[in-house]
Amino acid sequence: MLTLSPQDISAVWLSLKVACSATLIATPFGIACGYFLAFCKIRGKVVVEGLISLPLVLPPVVVGYLLLLSFGSNGIIGKFLNLFGIQVVFSLTGAVIASAVVGFPLMVRSIRIGMEAVDQSYISVSRTLGAGWWDSFFTIVLPLSGRAILSGMSLMFARNLGEFGATVILAGNIPGMTQTIPLAIYEYTSVPGGDRMALTLCLVSISLSFTILLVSEGINRRFRRG
Amino acid sequence: MQLEVELKKSFKDFTLDVAFSLSSSRTGIFGPSGSGKSTIMNLLSGLELPDSGHIRLGDTVLFDSKRKINLKPDQRNIGVVFQHAHLFPHMSVKRNIFYGYKRVKPENRQIDPDGLFEVLGVTQLLSRDVSTLSGGERQRIALARTVLSNPRLILMDEPLSALDEGHKFQIIPYLKNVFNNYGIPMIFISHSVLEMRMMTDEVLVIERGRIQQHGAAEELAKKSWNRGLESYVNLINLGGASPYKDLFRYKWGDTSIILTEPAESEENLFELDSRDILLFKRHPEATSARNLLKCTVTDIYSCGNRVRVELACGNEHLIAQIVPESVCELGIKEGTMVVAAIKASAFKKIF
Repeated sequence: MLTLSPQDISAVWLSLKVACSATLIATPFGIACGYFLAFCKIRGKVVVEGLISLPLVLPPVVVGYLLLLSFGSNGIIGKFLNLFGIQVVFSLTGAVIASAVVGFPLMVRSIRIGMEAVDQSYISVSRTLGAGWWDSFFTIVLPLSGRAILSGMSLMFARNLGEFGATVILAGNIPGMTQTIPLAIYEYTSVPGGDRMALTLCLVSISLSFTILLVSEGINRRFRRG
Repeated sequence: MQLEVELKKSFKDFTLDVAFSLSSSRTGIFGPSGSGKSTIMNLLSGLELPDSGHIRLGDTVLFDSKRKINLKPDQRNIGVVFQHAHLFPHMSVKRNIFYGYKRVKPENRQIDPDGLFEVLGVTQLLSRDVSTLSGGERQRIALARTVLSNPRLILMDEPLSALDEGHKFQIIPYLKNVFNNYGIPMIFISHSVLEMRMMTDEVLVIERGRIQQHGAAEELAKKSWNRGLESYVNLINLGGASPYKDLFRYKWGDTSIILTEPAESEENLFELDSRDILLFKRHPEATSARNLLKCTVTDIYSCGNRVRVELACGNEHLIAQIVPESVCELGIKEGTMVVAAIKASAFKKIF
């Protein structure tokens, strides 16, 4: 029978914790970047767009290594965070940051496409009806791109559950601390006789991802019906 | 309302350079597509930024490039009714209608929503879903939404052009009622002379980004021979219809006319092409036309091989368009008596 060890359960919990935190932290930035790419007309937008999408095309290990350089004790950000006693490398925070950076482009893409589909005339109408910029953003832009934001969030969440390369480099593979499902599976497959445990975690991973798909589709349908 | 405007705005292949001053509360901006009408609307409402110039509405400066003043659209108090109603699809009709109203301070709310709904005939639409409304209904809701936002001026950007041909003019009485009842000044943007004549008193004619003419809407129609104005269309307000044999008799001033078309309302507007009016020197003994009206010529203006003859029929007026040869044969000059023959089927109902 397939059973989960306490270490496996902790890996599942950690995965969910990392994926949730990374998605929630990234969402406001994702909305801001999506809005910028969809509506702002400035020179050099292509460069910004490229920078945002870079983690999508770079090998996650490269992203992880660059993060390690920046957040390490000698890195620019790492040094700054050290002043406040914050340690990113080999910590849960590191796992969250790695996941957030790798999953971010997926979220922005989805939000951007959703926002581009919002007819700008609705925004113009709301402005002439007395709504200020923020008012119009919260009452028109956000609700009309709500489906895209949700699907961006679920895409990123699902991507985060499977994040391996960047996480293993920045946060390491410490059971009970930074070991998420993919890292645990990796560990099982590299020890003799670990196949069965690896398969069990694979099944957990499949069911989690499938549940997210179902929930996101369900929310989407509700949205469509209004 | 006093609106002073001087604006310049350059685009890649088009430059808008206009200066005008408006005091009429029903003004039209008339011009072909691409002439800059909608750009003026966007600049007035603050949706686009002019390169230079100023906009002053009453004693408020909305924009002044020299003094670096530029009020945002939500601070200008200028309502806009767009070509398409643009009702917010994620809101109910009721939430749409009150969107602007909720953003007006309670002490500044001057319009009673229920009264307005009655004038616009939208009371029964409030509980409906936005997606179930017809084009005309959507436009009436959009107008209600704009009026309730308590604007000092309403800009209407071709509000009828997106409506289907058969029903587009049905909204005119509602529009007229709203502007008459609430006294809100408006600028009506259109490329239709007919709409201009129905909705405005004064018209700015704009072409290729420049103001070409500024005058009364009726004068524009009477004395223009180009821009789709090859013939003049008489707008005829008629009272209620009563059956007359198998036709219908309508009261028109102190006389009456016979039409083939029935009408249920007590007030009806018909159009009559000036080329459909035949002029006779004397009363013909018999004719197939059902209307023979004794008229006096009050004015004549011509262009090339066409002549427009303004006629007084009792206390009403008509314009007939004929050719110079007919003018000679009939001996028409100011003060001449003629008989105008109009077929009962020549009248086309507008609303």
